[in-house]
Amino acid sequence: MSAQTKTMPRPLAPSEEMPLNAAANKPTFAKTLGRLALYAAAITISLFFLVPIYLIFISAFSPQQAIFAYPKSILPQTLTAETMLFFWNARGVQSALLNSIIVGILTLVFSLLVGAPAGYALARFFFRGRDSYKMLILTTRAFPIVILSIPLAVNYIQWNLYDTLWGVAFAHTAMALPTTILVTSSIFIGVSRELEEAAQTLGCNRAQAFIKVALPLALPGLAAAAIFTFVLSWNETFAATILTQRNRTLPALVLSQIADVGAPLPFRYAAGFFLIAPSLLYIFFMRRYLLGMWGQVVK
Amino acid sequence: MATPQYTGDALAPPLTSPLTNKTFARRMESALPYLLLLPSMLFMLIFFAWPMVQALILSVRTPDGAWTMQYLERMVRDVNFTDALRNTFLIILIAIPLQFAFAIAMGLLIQAKLKGSALFLYFWTIPLAVSDLAAGLVWLAVFSDRGFLNSVLRTTGIMPIAFSWLSYENYGTLLMAVVIAEVWRATAIVMVIVVAGLQLIPDDYLEAAEVFGATRWQRLWHVTLPMIRPSLQVALILRTILAFQVFAVVIALAGRAMPVLASEAYNRYAELNPNGAAVYALLILTISLVTTGVYLRLLRTSEAEMGR
Repeated sequence: MSAQTKTMPRPLAPSEEMPLNAAANKPTFAKTLGRLALYAAAITISLFFLVPIYLIFISAFSPQQAIFAYPKSILPQTLTAETMLFFWNARGVQSALLNSIIVGILTLVFSLLVGAPAGYALARFFFRGRDSYKMLILTTRAFPIVILSIPLAVNYIQWNLYDTLWGVAFAHTAMALPTTILVTSSIFIGVSRELEEAAQTLGCNRAQAFIKVALPLALPGLAAAAIFTFVLSWNETFAATILTQRNRTLPALVLSQIADVGAPLPFRYAAGFFLIAPSLLYIFFMRRYLLGMWGQVVK
Repeated sequence: MATPQYTGDALAPPLTSPLTNKTFARRMESALPYLLLLPSMLFMLIFFAWPMVQALILSVRTPDGAWTMQYLERMVRDVNFTDALRNTFLIILIAIPLQFAFAIAMGLLIQAKLKGSALFLYFWTIPLAVSDLAAGLVWLAVFSDRGFLNSVLRTTGIMPIAFSWLSYENYGTLLMAVVIAEVWRATAIVMVIVVAGLQLIPDDYLEAAEVFGATRWQRLWHVTLPMIRPSLQVALILRTILAFQVFAVVIALAGRAMPVLASEAYNRYAELNPNGAAVYALLILTISLVTTGVYLRLLRTSEAEMGR
């Protein structure tokens, strides 16, 4: 899809049409005012998204007394790692973090190993049943897969997968798989088939042509898809809580502490900041790929 | 790498004749896509299709193997059942239209090519990678009794007495808090879809409309929105399905003060009643499928009405 976007014919580059437009409509007072209104709207929306993040940040880095102080100041007097350390040293947090990372990596590996071949098949071959398979994959996205963790847990007890990181990773892979298949398929569509064929005429067999030509070209896109999968797993709460008991992932631990034990506010705020901190970085580094990724996913 | 593999195959013809070798290669070639699809099919069969069957079985069968409707009856008679159903639907009915209205407005703002639009886009997409649990905790800092909203209202003198926004007794504000957190978290996902759709609209379409004298609103209504309609439809279905599973954001903000379908499923499960939980899972599954069906029907007929 992204390849199409890039090659879509445009009659004029934006820079070329600028002088024409500028001559046609001179900036009027009403136009400037309208422009200002657009900026005001954009800034208001930005504040709606940013202020809560700022507030959870200062909550997580306030001393514990300040969290219970009332009324609080929007500008904190002291910033300290005390509350964050309280969370970090709370029972189970560090091992839950490790579990989350392991489950995320396992999910990433499984969904690529299982999903990328299917995506490649959809991108490269025209075969009987291709459309029905694609339809099937699209339909699975209309199912509440997360909720299926409840019957899955009953199966897991029989399969000895209950309360294991493998089990959580399998459930997360099932959630990520439809998206992975669709995204990898559009990545491989973006990699020219002719290059692979050229490699084959030059003496590579099919597998070599794939490994030496298509794979390196698809790698950046596959990496983006992999990180997307990791984030999905890192954020998933319901299934992880249902499928584990002692081997909690971080969101599962935080949720069960809140729902079952009634964790104190400092724990909740620190957990909130700890959970969103990676996403700030993630979106910053991935912002170039975001539009392509999510745009493709819904096609 | 692959060639020596063929020789070990019982079906493999001797490597002498180039002709049979070719037909074999062709047969391999036609089998290859199915082999590539096989792992994903097996995986979804085990971890997706089977749990669905299992949900059905758990709902209507006791652990002893007797068929029963008792789990269904118990769910319907449960004190929290109607509340959970109503809360889930209310959250969806309020949050989803808001998400789509904001997302379209934000997408159009990005298309307006303001200075710094890349920065705006970064700010607005931050919640893309934020979990519903984290979003609930973020807004907890705002709405809790000693939170920032009450603090600001007091220091500015607007409301000197603290208000319990998240209390069971103030259902309206509790619902509002959950909706705000949901809008804050999930609008970005819809917006990215809108922006991706907007970028696919060729410039000449809008320019042509402008040349023929269409106003800004007419261009939006008759060119832009119809063009992004397919992406919006898919996004609408996916967002609604996900919203039926709304859970962690409610737990983070309301605890047990606001039962929803998924939290009731969780509670049954935590009470070591997997059958009771499975009935809820089955209910969410059924509602999701019916909703998808209704959406597809509605969207198709209105498309016919529009003569497209």
